[in-house]
Amino acid sequence: MAGPAIELIGINKSFGTVRANRDINLEVERGTIHGIIGENGAGKSTLMSILYGFYQADSGEIRIGGKTASIRTPNDAIAGGIGMVHQHFMLVENFTVVENIILGAEGEPLLKRSIGKARSELQRLEREYGLDVDPDAVIEDLAVGLQQRVEILKALYRGAEILILDEPTGVLTPAEADHLFRILRMLKDQGKTVVLITHKLREIMAVTDTVSVMRQGTMVATRRTAETTVEELAELMVGRRVLLHVEKGKASPGPVKLAVSGLTVRDQRGVVMVDNVSFEVRAGEIVGIAGVAGNGQSELIEAIAGTRRAQSGAVMLDGKAIDVTGHADPGDLRDRGLAHVPEDRHHVGLVLAFEEAENSILGYHDKPQFLKGPLLDVEAIHADARDKIEKYDIRPPNDRLRTANFSGGNQQKIVLAREMEQDPGVLVVGQPTRGVDVGAIEFIHKRLIAMRDAGKAVLLISVELDEIRSLSDRILVMFAGRVVGERGPEASEGELGLLMAGVVKQEAA
Amino acid sequence: MAFLDALVQLLDATIRVSVPLLLACLAGLYSERAGIFDIGLEGKMLAGAFAGASAAAVTGSAWIGLLTAILAAVFLGLVHGFASITHRGNQIVSGVAINFVVAGSTIILGQAWFRQGGRTPSLAGPARFEAITLPGAEALREVPVIGLIYSELISGHSILVYVAFLMVPLTWWVLYRTRFGLRLRAVGENPAAVDTAGISVTWLRYRAVILTGVLTGIAGAYLSVAQNAGFVKDMTAGKGYIALAALIFAKWKPVPAMFACLLFGFLDAASIRFQGMAWPVIGKVPVQFINALPFVLTVILLAGFIGKAIPPRAGGVPYVKER
Repeated sequence: MAGPAIELIGINKSFGTVRANRDINLEVERGTIHGIIGENGAGKSTLMSILYGFYQADSGEIRIGGKTASIRTPNDAIAGGIGMVHQHFMLVENFTVVENIILGAEGEPLLKRSIGKARSELQRLEREYGLDVDPDAVIEDLAVGLQQRVEILKALYRGAEILILDEPTGVLTPAEADHLFRILRMLKDQGKTVVLITHKLREIMAVTDTVSVMRQGTMVATRRTAETTVEELAELMVGRRVLLHVEKGKASPGPVKLAVSGLTVRDQRGVVMVDNVSFEVRAGEIVGIAGVAGNGQSELIEAIAGTRRAQSGAVMLDGKAIDVTGHADPGDLRDRGLAHVPEDRHHVGLVLAFEEAENSILGYHDKPQFLKGPLLDVEAIHADARDKIEKYDIRPPNDRLRTANFSGGNQQKIVLAREMEQDPGVLVVGQPTRGVDVGAIEFIHKRLIAMRDAGKAVLLISVELDEIRSLSDRILVMFAGRVVGERGPEASEGELGLLMAGVVKQEAA
Repeated sequence: MAFLDALVQLLDATIRVSVPLLLACLAGLYSERAGIFDIGLEGKMLAGAFAGASAAAVTGSAWIGLLTAILAAVFLGLVHGFASITHRGNQIVSGVAINFVVAGSTIILGQAWFRQGGRTPSLAGPARFEAITLPGAEALREVPVIGLIYSELISGHSILVYVAFLMVPLTWWVLYRTRFGLRLRAVGENPAAVDTAGISVTWLRYRAVILTGVLTGIAGAYLSVAQNAGFVKDMTAGKGYIALAALIFAKWKPVPAMFACLLFGFLDAASIRFQGMAWPVIGKVPVQFINALPFVLTVILLAGFIGKAIPPRAGGVPYVKER
């Protein structure tokens, strides 16, 4: 076969009145890793779903290996050598690896021989690509990174020459993401073509050969990765200049606002997640807690915010104790000036079925300004919501829209607006920019710095090391539930990375 | 020997009352494993019982009765499928509607056709599935214990009883050893995975509700053409719901489903046997209490004894391709 692996010519797709893809042209060379970058809602996933036969394009042509292909169902795509690793894995969780691999590609009515065939094929794939995974393991027992490997194996088992990955690192830890990139490079070396969809600039720079940028349903540019910069790509994505690193002055820390001493938290199984952690956060500083996900950061901020009970230790807010080992009441903490932006906005931060205005007062709904006697003052609530929408540039600016219909970045702004506008003395923020667009990240970072400059104490946890480094005045690194080191914001990525991996150099005694 | 006789009789009754439960339970298993909750087992069984008895009464053939019962139940299964698969309706509402419609219409049609107060004419001879005597049953009767068990417990049931128990290993084999079974289990857990693997979710789920129809049809025919000699109104008497309870109890697995149905059947058989019997210490227990016992026990067993029963993850949720 000659010609590029994939050619898309003049692809158009509308959902109702929304034009998700407009006149898209794309050429992906064989044996390369081609990145497609764009903000959430730019039309990347729609385009790839068209290529995979999940949707039909309204018009346009798809060519695979130089030949026009009619892709009407995923079956056609699979037959054309296209495999897809979806953002949310398409795995049956209580099936074994081998059962998931053969599903839909069993070949014959009885399973015995197809499973046998799959086993030997898995062994071959393991030899060729180093993709080892226990064929009899049950999916739900596997780490997320391994589940993703099963998805890749599924595609390879079906003979995929072209592998599309949709936001593959969203669910991975940095180490798992690096591992994935190694796998992708190996696939490329074996002659496979990889299409990587992401909104993370770092990943594009790290792994791709060529990158195409999408914005609002159109393909705005294609560049060789080696010949472009993060700044240029960000500008192409958002359509204006974006500051990737917030400018901030020196912190001028004031009195201690939040003091944590000897805090220990166990999870439901009794495993120690936070192990005797002590630190302070002063007014006018941002303390960042870095660490690979799952090293106790989540449990730490939940205990401080009163949504999880600690086993021992003390937390003082403005010199007065919070009953972290007993029944700390998050509502009471809010009254005392501790605001909490939870890590998981979908399940903890918001009620997705509510209107925007309802979410924008959630937890503060019993404040006098939102009440008229025993009833909610609906007018005041909506006026307040519109005010926040304007101030935080929440789009679309509709306070009656269901929260589920906002993009991730705008949902996060709703939570931030709610917590920040109460003018708290202490702000505890978890993963403020997870799943958020570049443009919104810039905005959120600026607001956090503004909080700091207004003399608030900010405690930030994030698995994005860049974010920790660019925002924090002091960085604490957590590993296996303990704070293993404190560094200034000038600490190098490598140094922090080692600490995050639990490698502690002998500190000056 | 009197005790053994009584025990064998009790177990024999257990088998007879377990059969409709077992068939309905396996029927529900196919549907629910595919992600379609089916509270309409009761209605389909009742429709099967009525259609089977009517056809057998008119044609004089039990086999035509069975076939008609299956057709009626499959038709209702397809109605449920049309509502909940094609139109993505609420599966509980659709199931309950089927139960109501069948409960009412069987009586109306029965009265209109046969004028016996909603009953169908009494069946006899070839219009009914008679008990089969297995080879050697008579010869072995005199052998102690084994002979009794073979001739009384194992032999002497209608063909549908054997069909019901054969369905257990067959269902297991289909579920775990065939491509269809793999896909059926997958579609009940994660239909999106099935869809992206290039398999039609809709067709797969329709096949599941058809199988549910076939088995509930057999269950209905057993009630009216084998166990009894005709249709009586509401003759399923909640068996469809007990079958659902047994399905949960068995965690949606075929072999445990058989044991669950046998257990519920045993409680039912025992309640009939112990009615009016005077117990030591307690004395005579009211009939109502004995009748309620299977249900009480069901609640207790389901609440505490089986651990967490995790239903198929996609159960009850219509499949919509995500944007």
